[in-house]
Amino acid sequence: MAKVLGFLVLALSVLICEAAIFKPISDSHRSAALELFTPAHGSLSSLEETYEALRTFEVLGIKKQPDQRAATCATVVDTLSSPTSALKDLFQALRVNGLLNCELNKKTFAGIAPRLKDAVKSASSLLDYYYSVGSLVLIKGLNSDVDVHLESADSVVRAIKALSQSDGRWRYSSNNPESSTYAAGIALESLAGVISLASSEIDQSLVSMVRNDISKLLDGLEKYDDGAYYFDEKLADAHGHQGPLSASSAVVRGITAFAAVSAENLNLPGDKILGLAKFLLGAGVPGNAKDLYYQIEALASLENNRVSIPLILSLPTSILSLTRKDQLKVSVNTVLGAAAPSLTVKLKQIFSSGSKDASVIDQDLKFEHENAVHYLDALPKDIDVGSYIFTFEIVLHDSEHKMIYATGGRTKVPIYVTGVIKVDNAEISVLDSDLGNIETHKKLDLAGKNSISLSANHLQKLWLSFQLTSPLGHALKPHQAFLKLSHESKVEHIFVVGNSGKQFELILDFLGLVEQFFYLSGRYDIQLTVGDAVMENSFLQPLGSVALDLPEAPEKAARPPPQAVDPSSRFGPKAEIAHIFRAPEKRPPSNLSYAFLALVLSPFVGFLVGLLRLRVNLKNFPTASAPAAFAILFHLAIAAVLSLYSLFWLELNLFTTLKALGFLGIFLLFVGHRTLSHLASTSAKLKSA
Amino acid sequence: MAKSSATKDAQALFHSLRSAYAATPTNLKIIDLYVIFAISTALIQVAYMAIVGTFPFNSFLSGVLSCIGTAVLAVCLRIQVNKENKEFKDLPPERAFADFVLCNLVLHLVIMNFLG
Repeated sequence: MAKVLGFLVLALSVLICEAAIFKPISDSHRSAALELFTPAHGSLSSLEETYEALRTFEVLGIKKQPDQRAATCATVVDTLSSPTSALKDLFQALRVNGLLNCELNKKTFAGIAPRLKDAVKSASSLLDYYYSVGSLVLIKGLNSDVDVHLESADSVVRAIKALSQSDGRWRYSSNNPESSTYAAGIALESLAGVISLASSEIDQSLVSMVRNDISKLLDGLEKYDDGAYYFDEKLADAHGHQGPLSASSAVVRGITAFAAVSAENLNLPGDKILGLAKFLLGAGVPGNAKDLYYQIEALASLENNRVSIPLILSLPTSILSLTRKDQLKVSVNTVLGAAAPSLTVKLKQIFSSGSKDASVIDQDLKFEHENAVHYLDALPKDIDVGSYIFTFEIVLHDSEHKMIYATGGRTKVPIYVTGVIKVDNAEISVLDSDLGNIETHKKLDLAGKNSISLSANHLQKLWLSFQLTSPLGHALKPHQAFLKLSHESKVEHIFVVGNSGKQFELILDFLGLVEQFFYLSGRYDIQLTVGDAVMENSFLQPLGSVALDLPEAPEKAARPPPQAVDPSSRFGPKAEIAHIFRAPEKRPPSNLSYAFLALVLSPFVGFLVGLLRLRVNLKNFPTASAPAAFAILFHLAIAAVLSLYSLFWLELNLFTTLKALGFLGIFLLFVGHRTLSHLASTSAKLKSA
Repeated sequence: MAKSSATKDAQALFHSLRSAYAATPTNLKIIDLYVIFAISTALIQVAYMAIVGTFPFNSFLSGVLSCIGTAVLAVCLRIQVNKENKEFKDLPPERAFADFVLCNLVLHLVIMNFLG
């Protein structure tokens, strides 16, 4: 039954897409961060990764591991004191130092600062500006003694601005025509750095141009149905890890950094900032370290910025049980889960999933200080089981806060209201087809166990009915209301139980179903399934059985389909094959066989005796030595052929026999010819004499 | 009276047959003896089959056919060797004997193959 319910919930969750719940950063992010940023070989491979790990830990409030500090600081000092370090390495080292506060010589900074200033002047690509300006800002933050001010800040701003495109995006360098949103984020961050480093006031027209760029950039935001905004990064370049998350993260960091240094308010639309926050939170817990860093870093810069701080409305649970009288609870936090300023959450509207019209309710939620939760004492009276979309509005108490926080107007949240559905008046009967007389009538207790046994023939009908009533007394049409009849031979038939209002009814006229039942008589098990995502007591239970007496199948009737073979039987061990040998023929008693052997030999004895009595002699046998030798050889050859035959019978096969017979035959032919022609010539001589 | 005369006639017939046969050359008598030997061996085997059953049927067949076959061949030999038969006058008895030996060898090769 749990499987059925799980499927229903899944099916229902597809239906709601315009409303979704975004949860602030929670402990699952912390455990994921510890897992993802755990170095594989004792220490993280590069300063960049080290920075990303340390920064993520800092934002999430995880205590950094002290054992790595010494080793990391040594690398930082090495990088900073080496005169040949690349700009990027210097920048990463300074960033790590900013988090670890390594003990550094002041002279080191004094040595680096002029190098960085030269780099700013001679920079040609956006990343050069980003690294050099970023490094100077970091030095400024650490050490006020070193002079890091840029005299020609205006020209640097113009140089960076020259790389921007008309749609608000930036190019990485002047000879690279492709523009990128990620680059725009970097550019804005660099510009913010330049402004903070400027020794004199920046030309306001330049600043307003950048503000223009930002609003153009925000026009290019793409929107999901659930209210999340994001930047789509179409450019996949050599920087590798680029996607909507990294692009959105870079722009958020750029905008917040720029807002922090610009004197005027940027007047950015609050709903877009909130939408970006929703997109970043909607990524859930990213699966790799880089994405997690992008997400956390961007959320951290949204947490405390001068544009507008997004407030996220979330629900501990979106499933409320009417039967348990669950309270509707709502919590409002910043993106990192910090407490929101004093505010009131209002429940404005409730949309029922079935109908388009909304019931307008303007009800304030009460605030519970202990858990920082806004709650509603009781759900509105007319809320029955089902799925709804609740619309909330956040009203800030302090009017000044309205400038600081982005609440995004109304927030739509999907809510499922579940409850125990009352099942009653369950009955099952067997009716006579023509008159409708009740043959058998049984009451069912669908809450408990049933094991009825009915019998019917093809002229009768099976009638099943029950009522479903929701907690408020309304009718409920569940997703599933099925009756299953399964025959002993595992042939199953499923029928949908139709309803009119609360009443569910199914009539099976067996006369029309005999064909569908393949004329299979016998016991059918009855199973009733009633299930819905909002029904807490969904059930799938056997009701008992009905013995059907159906007519004999005619010749042309369809055969029942073969049942699906259990895969374990298909691939499992086969049944052992028992060999049956033919019983040996009955042999005669051996005495009898020996007697007949003697009897068979007796004619031969008779033959020999007969020969003696005829006085047979060997006078004709040649006496001369050569013919005698041929005659002896002739008889020996015949004997050899015969013994070859007996060998053939005993052990040889036909091929070896024929081969040997070939040679013996030629020999026999030769000596036979010699012997017989000699005999013929002697007899011819006798005749002529 | 009639009975004794019939016996006497039979005796006379038998006697004349015997005296006529005595005139048969010895080599033909040997062949006759051989034919009798082969046929009686076959009969004994048939009798054995009638008592015991046909179970190794191919063995029985080859045994009987070997005897019958060699008897038939011997009869052929007798026909060819007999000097009374003018038909085979030009055929020397040695050539007939060579045929007999060759046919027997071929026959028994088949018999041995069939014996199983």
